[in-house]
Amino acid sequence: MTTVIPSLMAESALQVRSLYRSLLRTSSQFATYNFREYAKRRTRDAFREHKNETDERRVQELVQRGLKELSLLKRQTMISSFYQLDKLVVEGGAEGKEKGNRGGIVRQKELGYD
Amino acid sequence: MMASIPSRSAKRLSTLLGARTISASSSGLQVCPHACRRQYSLKPTATRPILGGYRAAGVGPSGRGYVKESKPAGAVEAAVKVGVEDERASIGKRPVDLAIDPAAMLSPDAGIFKQATIMDQGSRPIYLDMQATTPTDPRVLDAMLPYMTGQYGNPHSRTHAYGWETDKAVEEARAHVASLIGADPKEIIFTSGATESNNMSVKGVARFYKGKKKHIITTQTEHKCVLDSCRHLQDEGFEITYLPVRNNGLVDLSQLEASIRPDTAIVSVMTVNNEIGVIQPVEEIGRLCRSKKVFFHTDAAQAVGKIEVDVNKWNVDLMSISGHKIYGPKGIGACYVRRKPRVRLEPLITGGGQERGLRSGTLAAPLVIGLGEACRIAKEELKYDHDHVSRLAEKLKDGLLGMEHTQLNGDPDRHYPGCVNVSFAYVEGESLLMALKDIALSSGSACTSASLEPSYVLRALGNSDDSAHSSIRFGIGRFTTEREIDYVLKAVKDRVGFLRELSPLWELVQEGVDLNTIEWTQH
Repeated sequence: MTTVIPSLMAESALQVRSLYRSLLRTSSQFATYNFREYAKRRTRDAFREHKNETDERRVQELVQRGLKELSLLKRQTMISSFYQLDKLVVEGGAEGKEKGNRGGIVRQKELGYD
Repeated sequence: MMASIPSRSAKRLSTLLGARTISASSSGLQVCPHACRRQYSLKPTATRPILGGYRAAGVGPSGRGYVKESKPAGAVEAAVKVGVEDERASIGKRPVDLAIDPAAMLSPDAGIFKQATIMDQGSRPIYLDMQATTPTDPRVLDAMLPYMTGQYGNPHSRTHAYGWETDKAVEEARAHVASLIGADPKEIIFTSGATESNNMSVKGVARFYKGKKKHIITTQTEHKCVLDSCRHLQDEGFEITYLPVRNNGLVDLSQLEASIRPDTAIVSVMTVNNEIGVIQPVEEIGRLCRSKKVFFHTDAAQAVGKIEVDVNKWNVDLMSISGHKIYGPKGIGACYVRRKPRVRLEPLITGGGQERGLRSGTLAAPLVIGLGEACRIAKEELKYDHDHVSRLAEKLKDGLLGMEHTQLNGDPDRHYPGCVNVSFAYVEGESLLMALKDIALSSGSACTSASLEPSYVLRALGNSDDSAHSSIRFGIGRFTTEREIDYVLKAVKDRVGFLRELSPLWELVQEGVDLNTIEWTQH
């Protein structure tokens, strides 16, 4: 028995790490700045909050919740990529000079409407 | 090996030509001959030039090239390259190798329009007006989408599965709303928003008890919809007491107690003010009203999901909730109507008898489900969001009040941190808003933002017209980031300084002249 538990623990740790990475990766695919930043921050804080969890059952519960969130994130990042707006003023380059020499020239609307 | 390269580049060339024709025909006719000619002169040796859009005849072994090629996958990316000098280098490369700025890929309009600006510097304003409305949470949208596509049943249909499944989801949503405010699901009535809830509560109770009770109490800082409902009731013969508030925006309890009469039907005081964010002593008011057997209505649109709300602890009889203030969809709200002791009211909308007969009409199932999900998330994240908002608000408040001649409106302690209302003396509020075009802000309630009249809430606090004119409301929410607050602080500091430099009044103040002592010449 004693040999089984550490291997199980190791496996679940691997699973948790992989879940954490996929959540972060999917979060950063939000086209909307505020949602992107929130999803990353929420993921990080949620994992940090439960980092000392030792009860195996509770860990599995949380992993299931994370998987649910992951599939939600996948759907919502997809939707967000279809309805993109211009970037926010805090997102773009800091200096604000024109630098579209390599085909980076696109039209953009002043605000979200015409 | 060598033989394969020309044919591949020819294919690529024709692909490029095809894309060129597509983009040229959508943007302007003159471009086409020019671009085509230039393209031909580029590589005359490649193959026999064919009109754009058709595959070169020599590609297939059969040589019969009359089938029109479908639009190549990389057409949009290739079209972006129109007008770029080094197109020779791009021929024969896959679109991913074309070194297109990733920012260009972001815009859905990329390559369609010739008039172009750079995507590099963002131009969309930062949203800092969370009291007006909040962005819909992606989790809320995710809960709503199935009910906007496949599961479209009427929740009141009892005869088929379409109705049952929607009804089940609606009842779940009702339970989420109820649990957020500590109520029973049966006490939740879905409405179109907090305005309807407020109208329903104030007018409904007053009209139901109009035989014996003719008096209503509210405050001067209420939302317009409560004040307007009261004005209409005044026309119907009711007497209204508009309680004044103290300088910090809070209601004086002894004054409230003194104004309750035996024929008072309802007291309506909002929980969190939408303009200055002060939290009224609702619990004390509730206790007072219960002891005097007067109904107590509170407009909690700005409070639910942001601070702890408990209808039983507060002794609230009616409460208004709004969907779009808690990251839910617009066009939905709820009204809490207590069952024990029972609150009776006359419905505004009559008809099929849905929602206990208080609000007839088919429920907007997707919106209701969105509101339920928003409430579920709000309950789960209440503390997390509150901590985040408080941290950012503290930073913003400290930065803004660190500037000279600025003043926070409303009580600093009994205050919801997500609403920071600051007066910048010697600066016109509207001109500051214009100068801060890259930040979406408001000088007060969105309902009155079209008029230049100073906010009635700030004047009720005893602020002068000047001070009310120069105040700006900053709303912080779940999705606000620290970087945005840094940007806002810097922008506000710069532009307030700039506008003050322009102002002759500011010059006088800097010279130490007290503005109140100046005798202005009359014209």
